[in-house]
Amino acid sequence: DPKRCSCVYFEVDLNPTCRLLGGSASLLRLYHRFRALDRNKKGYLSRVDLQQIGALAVNPLGERIIDSFFPDGNLRVDFPGFVRVLAHFRPVDDDDSGMRDPKQPEPLNSRMNKLRFVFQLYDLDRDGKISRHEMLQVLRLMVGVQVTEEQLESITDRTVQEADEDGDGAVSFLEFTKSLEKMDIEQKMSIRILK
Amino acid sequence: MEGAELAGKILSTWLTLVLGLILLPSAFGVSLGISEIYMKILVKTLEWATIRIEKGVPKESGLKSSASVGIIQRDESPMEKGLSGLRGRDFELSDAFYFSKKGLEAIVEDEVTQRFSSEELVSWNLLTRTNMNFQYISVRLTAVWVLGVLVRYCVLLPLRVTLAFIGISLLVIGTTLVGQLPDSSLKNWLSELVHLTCCRICVRALSGTIHYHNKQYRPQKGGICVANHTSPIDVLILTTDGCYAMVGQVHGGLMGIIQRAMVKACPHVWFERSEMKDRHLVTKRLKEHIADKKKLPILIFPEGTCINNTSVMMFKKGSFEIGGTIHPVAIKYNPQFGDAFWNSSKYNMVSYLLRMMTSWAIVCDVWYMPPMTREEGEDAVQFANRVKSAIAVQGGLTELPWDGGLKRAKVKDTFKEEQQKNYSKMLVGNGSL
Repeated sequence: DPKRCSCVYFEVDLNPTCRLLGGSASLLRLYHRFRALDRNKKGYLSRVDLQQIGALAVNPLGERIIDSFFPDGNLRVDFPGFVRVLAHFRPVDDDDSGMRDPKQPEPLNSRMNKLRFVFQLYDLDRDGKISRHEMLQVLRLMVGVQVTEEQLESITDRTVQEADEDGDGAVSFLEFTKSLEKMDIEQKMSIRILK
Repeated sequence: MEGAELAGKILSTWLTLVLGLILLPSAFGVSLGISEIYMKILVKTLEWATIRIEKGVPKESGLKSSASVGIIQRDESPMEKGLSGLRGRDFELSDAFYFSKKGLEAIVEDEVTQRFSSEELVSWNLLTRTNMNFQYISVRLTAVWVLGVLVRYCVLLPLRVTLAFIGISLLVIGTTLVGQLPDSSLKNWLSELVHLTCCRICVRALSGTIHYHNKQYRPQKGGICVANHTSPIDVLILTTDGCYAMVGQVHGGLMGIIQRAMVKACPHVWFERSEMKDRHLVTKRLKEHIADKKKLPILIFPEGTCINNTSVMMFKKGSFEIGGTIHPVAIKYNPQFGDAFWNSSKYNMVSYLLRMMTSWAIVCDVWYMPPMTREEGEDAVQFANRVKSAIAVQGGLTELPWDGGLKRAKVKDTFKEEQQKNYSKMLVGNGSL
């Protein structure tokens, strides 16, 4: 029996999305937040709506984070799309991993998918590899004008060299995960919604 | 003929009642206690309603928690700790984790956007406009609500509109008449009387109950009064207890008429729209005003825009560069009886006033604070922040460094550059090139 959220503008099939976030109360809160961000009551969010958030606009990776809501050249993100990105940051609960049906696709908040989210922040053209050029561009986003070109190039070279195992001058997703295998991803990439 | 006579009789009785019970006491600054009785009844009714709601609503679907608690669990560690390193450490691929988490947290909940919409109430106050989770609880509660609607729209609204009309007309007529007199202390006294009477009438037009604290610190002549801004009614609230010189743009329409009339009786500082852009001109005229010790204190709202009364945002430094003594005032409304916040993107002035006049009442506290002056070696921005903190502490409001202008405009690039600077310092150390 699919849960439905009927509201003034549209009906959303929330069952799969509900599972993404752990409960309808959290979903309702996020829905109100979505509505609050949607300034002209369009029913979807555009880049400008997200850029209006002060704390996001001053974030060094702000533009890349906004990009993650608009894949494939989209100009709009609706509520399910909004939730799908946020679902990456749901904390990993213990009872999830035990009961999971191996035939079902991995949940969005698994370690692998959290890593993939961050990988895509660096991988500008989404070709599955972070080239040296892409790394340089993202680093430039993060530091602005505060660091010289030479310094940035040396940082990029060092980072790519450390992670690159097969010597192709780029960091693939596997190499990326390998270089971060000791890191506690769950704690650093989780946002807990209060009940 | 009979119908017209009857209507005439009713109207005249109505007006006599209004005159006797409200207008005359206002002129003398006396209260007959009617509004106190009304407030007592109101409080009892709302308490009863809250108890019924709490009994009626099952626990899981319960009321939304108040906005101040927050949606997400936040880890407020600064950038250095979050990036788990000391100064001069190298860039790591994992740095993106910290920024992406912070970014997503901001998307789910940020300090600023929530301040531009009305505060959520923990318990319903029998006004449908404040409860987003309105649901049917019991027959009795709905009956009380219907009664409330009738009382508010059919009894209170006409009364309040009448009062507002009388108040504004008296203000315009009174100040124009007083303006004809030559400058003298009599003129000043009369102008104060007119202002105070009309303001008191207008406050009763909103069923306002205002508590003034620390009256000994009331702003003096030759000073500047600064306060946090929630709605245009702030002006009314402050001028009921003292006369101020207002600062602002000349408007057209009704506002313009009121402005032109007021300036005849006592010197306010009204600017043309073109003059407002010239900051030096503005500062010069304000300086001249406060230099004359006989002129009334200036009233300024440094936030520059209306905030929803849960926090105080950045104070623009312009008012603090003029010099002179600053008299801070904190204003805090009680949202239980009516939401005073003017969301100018949602409501225009007329619908806002209508909402005000159909609320239960406007209840607020005003705290006058000891005067402050700029200290040695303190620049205008630091002084502004100091005053802002004092007001926030006194009024029980959160303090935010963000600019209220974010309501309409994007954040300035300088703030982003600051973040980039902080991060860069960590990467390459302190200026080692």
